[in-house]
Amino acid sequence: MSAKTLGAVRRKFAPWDDPSATPLIEIRNLTKRFGDFTAVDHVSLKIYEREFFALLGPSGCGKTTLMRMLAGFEDPSAGEILIGGQSMNSIPPHKRPVNMMFQSYALFPHMTVEKNIAFGLEMDKLPKGEIEEKNIAFGLEMDKLPKGEIEARVKDMLRLVKLEPFAARKPHQLSGGQRQRVALARALAKRPKVLLLDEPLGALDKKLREETQFELLDLQMQLGMTFIIVTHDQDEAMTMADRIAVMDKGQFIQISSPAELYEQPNTKYIADFIGDINLIEGRVTHNERGRVTLDSDMTGGHIDVHAETTTGLGDKAWFALRPEKASLSLLPPNDPSTNCARGTVWDIGYVGDLSVYHIRLDQGGTMRASIANTSRVVERPITWEDPVYITWAPDSGVILLK
Amino acid sequence: MARQTNHRWIVTFIPYLWMLALFLIPFLIVLKISFSATVIAQPPYDPVFDFLIDSWTESVEKFNSLGLDNYRRLFSDSIYISSYLSSLWIAASSTFIMLFIAYPIAYGMARAPKSIRPTLVMLVILPFWTSFLIRVYAWITILSEEGLLNNFLVGLGIIDEPLQILSTNTAVYIGILYSYLPFMVLPLYSTLEKMDESLVEAAKDLGCTAIGAFWRVTFPLSLPGVIAGCFLVFIPVVGEFVIPDLLGGSDTVMIGKTMWEEFFNNRDWPAASAVAIALLIVLMIPIMIFQSNEARQQETR
Ligand SMILES: Nc1ncnc2c1ncn2[C@@H]1O[C@H](COP(=O)(O)OP(=O)(O)OP(=O)(O)O)[C@@H](O)[C@H]1O
Ligand SMILES: [Mg+2]
Repeated sequence: MSAKTLGAVRRKFAPWDDPSATPLIEIRNLTKRFGDFTAVDHVSLKIYEREFFALLGPSGCGKTTLMRMLAGFEDPSAGEILIGGQSMNSIPPHKRPVNMMFQSYALFPHMTVEKNIAFGLEMDKLPKGEIEEKNIAFGLEMDKLPKGEIEARVKDMLRLVKLEPFAARKPHQLSGGQRQRVALARALAKRPKVLLLDEPLGALDKKLREETQFELLDLQMQLGMTFIIVTHDQDEAMTMADRIAVMDKGQFIQISSPAELYEQPNTKYIADFIGDINLIEGRVTHNERGRVTLDSDMTGGHIDVHAETTTGLGDKAWFALRPEKASLSLLPPNDPSTNCARGTVWDIGYVGDLSVYHIRLDQGGTMRASIANTSRVVERPITWEDPVYITWAPDSGVILLK
Repeated sequence: MARQTNHRWIVTFIPYLWMLALFLIPFLIVLKISFSATVIAQPPYDPVFDFLIDSWTESVEKFNSLGLDNYRRLFSDSIYISSYLSSLWIAASSTFIMLFIAYPIAYGMARAPKSIRPTLVMLVILPFWTSFLIRVYAWITILSEEGLLNNFLVGLGIIDEPLQILSTNTAVYIGILYSYLPFMVLPLYSTLEKMDESLVEAAKDLGCTAIGAFWRVTFPLSLPGVIAGCFLVFIPVVGEFVIPDLLGGSDTVMIGKTMWEEFFNNRDWPAASAVAIALLIVLMIPIMIFQSNEARQQETR
């Protein structure tokens, strides 16, 4: 499947907006406590078949704990997980239609790379009753695999993760990135309905990571798997995932598509967590029919925003503006009602295609504006110590209340 | 730099010196005695070699006409062969039984909460605080006809007549299992404890039942501990003397006991020495397997 068709299919995919769609995984009020510490705190979530779902969040926020509950290694303290409509609470890990790639890889040290990858497949052809049960329960077409099929699949997987020359090695004879790829191959080999990947690509170099990302997407499309992936790499989540959940302190702050997460963050936390943002504090002086006005000490004026918000007059609120949505000019805007802040260029960061201007506002505080480095220079180039005007359109940012 | 290398050389030399003084030299003395003839004298053997008196040529001559009589006797007199075989059998079977007792203990210890594990290890080592001899003696008072066990069983009415346990092979097995259990538990515990719990989880995740995961992952990974424990028990039990002597009966033949009898009862030092040397040769094979296993472990770590 080419990248183009892949994109076309993925663009239309949004079952979470369809109230009649049945989720493959439903998490209801899930909570996990370790002693008096709450690692996962009343989390609810629906994940749909064939979805690529990413979990983002700072270290220790409960991502692995959530994955472990899905795989069946931790019993929830409260709440419920349903997969394919069936409650998982009393189902042991080996009977769940879920495979997990461990953050620590958990490769079997006494087995070769090949044996590691074949492990799950060999399990499938062994015990009779259980697998059958599993197949009926989840409509998996996977049956006991013949030996040739296992070998072929292991070969496929080795090729996928580019480890063919290392098939006969033991894990301790591999580099960190190679081990990670074995772990990925082992989890993928079973082609489960749901694949849980806990930081699957963190140890790979940029090129290999991008290649593997594409292979993963391709494989997911081909096999119709559902992926839940934990990553610390925002770009990875943004490019790969259908939806992203941002977690903090055991709770979901926002669950939405990458574009929505970027353009419509629901809190200052998210706005700050994903990409770069200017947060301008102010008080609401007007709020009517999608027109909000903030009075801000930071810009020394008022800011008109086109946004629906529930805030009342006089409330504190923040206007969130991405640096690339701000324009810079040496001259004040012609229309005096344009949103504008005045300041001095304090620093310029050159980021290849962009230059990021750090501007000290006259009222104190700083803002950033990133300007594309095009060769057409209209005015003279803006440089250090220049007094500048930052302007932005009323629909270029969002109002955040917390 | 050079001085450092010198120091390192001394450090590696010390164990060799120790081995030389306390192992190799006594071994050579025993070897020398084993080639000698028995005489009624003090000491009760006629040394073949006497490096202090003999000239070099005399020594070479004597070496060529070495008396292997004592070794021939090991084969001609059936008591020796049967002692060796019975020792090997008792050692092998008790090692095997012990593995089944020790594995669950070690497994339970390794899966216990981290905070109580040191206490559990302490409990396993605790018997060493009392002398081995005293602990074996204690079993006499437990197993004898008027002992604790028989009184207890008779008291409960489970048996009418006291059981004859003491002075049988059963008592020897009990003594061996009891005395050597820590040597099996500790190496097993140390491999099981080091093992990453997530490996078992991974196995279950890939479709193994709990029992399947044990046989495919836990047990193979604990094999180094199993091997170490088995040899740590098997090797000393083959030469065990105290337990068969105190708890066994006249029909309990073990090579350690036979050797003791040759040495003290018959005052036949050369024969006893030959028995000892032959035992060493027999045990050389398991010791070498053990060594290579340890070396392999070192490599993969
Ligand atoms: N078995 C446990 N006992 C006690 N606390 C635990 C246990 N497992 C996890 N925790 C705690 O729960 C919290 C969440 O852990 P978790 O492993 O889910 O974090 P994470 O989001 O995966 O972090 P990272 O990105 O670093 O992998 C952490 O504060 C951790 O200390
Ligand atoms: Mg984690």
